[in-house]
Amino acid sequence: MRDKLVVEKITAVFPDAIEEELDFRGEKTLYIQPQQLTAVCRLLRDDPALQYNFLSDICADDMLPEFPRFAVNYHLYSIPFNHRLRLRVNVEDPDEGPETVGTVWPVGTWLEMEVWDLMGIRFKGNNSLRRLFLPEDWQGHPLRKDYPLGYEEVQFSFNWEAIDAKKPYARD
Amino acid sequence: MLTRSDTVQELTIEELRAKVGTGMEIMDAEEHMLLSMGPQHPSTHGVLRLLVELDGETVVNLAPDIGFLHTGIEKSMESKTYTKALVMTDRMDYLSPMSNNLGYIMAVEKLLGIEPPPRAQAIRVILTELARISSHLVWLGTHALDLAAMTVFLYCFREREYILDLFEMVSGQRMMVSYFRPGGVWRDLPEEFVPAVRHFLDFFPARLADYEALLTHNPIFLRRTKGIGVISAEDAIAWGLTGPSLRASGVNWDIRKAQPYSGYEQYEFDVPVMTDGDVYTRYLVRLEEFRQSMRILHQALDKLPDGPVNSDDRKIVPPPRSELGTSMEAVIHHFKLWTEGFKAPKGFVYQSVESPRGEFACYLRGDGGPKPARVHFRAPSYVNLASLPKMAKNLFVADLVAIIGSIDIVLGEIDR
Repeated sequence: MRDKLVVEKITAVFPDAIEEELDFRGEKTLYIQPQQLTAVCRLLRDDPALQYNFLSDICADDMLPEFPRFAVNYHLYSIPFNHRLRLRVNVEDPDEGPETVGTVWPVGTWLEMEVWDLMGIRFKGNNSLRRLFLPEDWQGHPLRKDYPLGYEEVQFSFNWEAIDAKKPYARD
Repeated sequence: MLTRSDTVQELTIEELRAKVGTGMEIMDAEEHMLLSMGPQHPSTHGVLRLLVELDGETVVNLAPDIGFLHTGIEKSMESKTYTKALVMTDRMDYLSPMSNNLGYIMAVEKLLGIEPPPRAQAIRVILTELARISSHLVWLGTHALDLAAMTVFLYCFREREYILDLFEMVSGQRMMVSYFRPGGVWRDLPEEFVPAVRHFLDFFPARLADYEALLTHNPIFLRRTKGIGVISAEDAIAWGLTGPSLRASGVNWDIRKAQPYSGYEQYEFDVPVMTDGDVYTRYLVRLEEFRQSMRILHQALDKLPDGPVNSDDRKIVPPPRSELGTSMEAVIHHFKLWTEGFKAPKGFVYQSVESPRGEFACYLRGDGGPKPARVHFRAPSYVNLASLPKMAKNLFVADLVAIIGSIDIVLGEIDR
């Protein structure tokens, strides 16, 4: 019921913002067009009938080998109406990620820092993106699917040189 | 990041800004002192490092620096089956592993679309409420210790030990329990468990009164906590504060009440809400939560239903040992579950539970295989840390210690 109200409210103001709707296990997911994300977020927060005043979480997905490869989930919660909603944004190029929601919910800035550090999605307008969990000089973003888990590659006589060349250890 | 070789004097302000990370703006690099507090500091409750800009003894600005305990739990879980990944959740919030287990397991169950039997749900409630008490006990002890009240610390750990013994009784482990499993719990409660919990509920109220006698009207404690670290309800919501800290700012939101799970709707309990939003109020809210948890425990023990503790879906829950000798089908199920694991459908879910620290949530994406494609945890300590700079501004360094204690962070959960 409330799910329907949300969709109606968004489409009334932004007719082409919702790309797709999804219902799974009683959870509503709205795929939002990336350019209109912050505008939709602001509407969801400020509309007196919706009041999604609490940003619970931001987390990114890597769907390799699908395209678009990345997606960012925004888990919203409305404390006055006790309702949860998930916005999902497809990200084609991680360097050109969605706009920051830190301007709508201040905690967004902090949550986006984690996404940048571990998944490498750059949020437009967030100036605080830096290495948070990992050391400053770390290469790569570990939660991506093409990032190895950390096992050492086993060297055999036939591929010794090939693996040795890319093995990270101190050389002279 | 500032390294040991850098001295502030040698850097220009621009270089300094770049060095300390853009997370913190330095107001006045000439007059103010930059102090690195932690990661080895007894009052940062683990390995939190705070970069503090000080004007005399007043905190002008601060930025948390985290990641010293980062172990890549979310990444590691992607390489394990749903059941095996469970053991990693214990190691995040090591003060209340039961709440982490519950959040993760309920997300798995939601993805699978199964429901555990009523007895398992009641057992889960009993154990998570015990975990809440034990976690709050560590908070109370360390918080008081930070404010130089050492006696409370020793008493709190004595009571916590009793609860850890209860956990050992049911799961064989004091802390890393991994007791909740998809579709139910590991095994039924041992016979002596319920009397032991009742015994705890008999002696604990008097002990709680002792702590209150030591702190609640203690003038030193009051001077250190009243009016310190105030955050308004609007700010608390905007900065994502959850749990007792949010309720101390006057927002009545407890997931156990708002969106009941695991049968919480059957139990009568109040959600303590206070409005001052300072360190002292957070203390009072948590003390009241002790009593409410005990109320839930009394009701849950009285109503504890009989019956199986595991779902009878053999594709998810392994068959009991007794069936293995007589049923070929049971042997096949057992073999399949312990080699490959069960397959979960394609899709994603998000499940929140009320952990002692706030909203603990698990985002889980399945790709149709036996391993999760993505696991993400909304760690309450991590998000609560975001509002620390806001609370600590223009207070003394000594107050900063009180504030860190009052938002009750666990670094294992922040860094994951």
